[in-house]
Amino acid sequence: MGGSLNMVGYGLAAIGPGIGIGLVFAAYINGTARQPEMQSRLQPIAFLGFALTEALAIIGIALAFVLKAKNG
Amino acid sequence: MSHGLVLAGGFTAPGPLEFFFPDFTGKSYDQGGYQVLLTKSAVLLVLGAVLAGWLMLGTSRRGAVVPGKTQFFGEQAYSFVRNGIAQDIIGAQYRRYVPLLVSLFFFVLINNLFGIVPLLSFSPFSRASFAYGLTAMVWIVYNWVGIRDKGLGGYLKHTCVPSGVPIFILPLLVPLEFLSNILVRPLTLSLRLFANMFAGHLLLVLFSTGGAWLLIEATGSPVLKPAGVVAFAIGIAIGFLEVIVASLQAYVFTLLTATYIGGALAADH
Repeated sequence: MGGSLNMVGYGLAAIGPGIGIGLVFAAYINGTARQPEMQSRLQPIAFLGFALTEALAIIGIALAFVLKAKNG
Repeated sequence: MSHGLVLAGGFTAPGPLEFFFPDFTGKSYDQGGYQVLLTKSAVLLVLGAVLAGWLMLGTSRRGAVVPGKTQFFGEQAYSFVRNGIAQDIIGAQYRRYVPLLVSLFFFVLINNLFGIVPLLSFSPFSRASFAYGLTAMVWIVYNWVGIRDKGLGGYLKHTCVPSGVPIFILPLLVPLEFLSNILVRPLTLSLRLFANMFAGHLLLVLFSTGGAWLLIEATGSPVLKPAGVVAFAIGIAIGFLEVIVASLQAYVFTLLTATYIGGALAADH
């Protein structure tokens, strides 16, 4: 069975953004639960934070495909 | 089928070559058809533009004071982007950018949803080049808006020199800010859209071809056929997940475009 270590590396690299996105939405849900009237104000902020955190995972997957091992 | 990894027993996992279609000459990528001519993805992109325009025109052509069902739907969709994204993020000068944001949102949304429409089942934005093209437009718009508002020097100072920072930190911060605001922004914006669509399509292909292989060709163990059924079930579930991802990515793309425009327009502190 063949494969690429890149993908294992990407799996490890995705842990960080995974935790980060979890924190962003945990804060968003918390804030909305405490003050439901703030939901429309919080939503763009939450998605902006999500997008910026996700960027790390995206750079990771791009590099996982770009950086090829010599015999991969 | 592709150059993915080959498991023991003959199943070929789908790889990036799954995304290369033969162009109009009928030559595939392997045979030297380099996709300069019309491909399936390009046709879908045009179809997406036509559909987005038709949706907006069709729901607004017979405008009435008391909206009917179609007009109501169109107005809801329009005002979601206008009020929920443009007005909230850009602020006072938002009106000028509403057409751009609304068309971006629906163009991206419809193209993303092509990924789960039966028979089409491919999103043009799961090819990086289309996402790059769309983002190049956004990049030009937000930089041009900033330069027109503040002048070239003023805009560069506005984006690259953070205010209220001690002067000895500036040599470190200015290149970083330039890198992050001018160079990395379009990269992440396009790669976010591309990578989400790419991964989603790859998952769908993997679970459907894998499920078919387990059901039809795999032999040797009685567990394999039930596993194929489970793979198909997971594939269907991922199809529903893709609906969410497609809408979310269209929303995030429009939101970030609005944020960049708003950032370029914001007054200096």
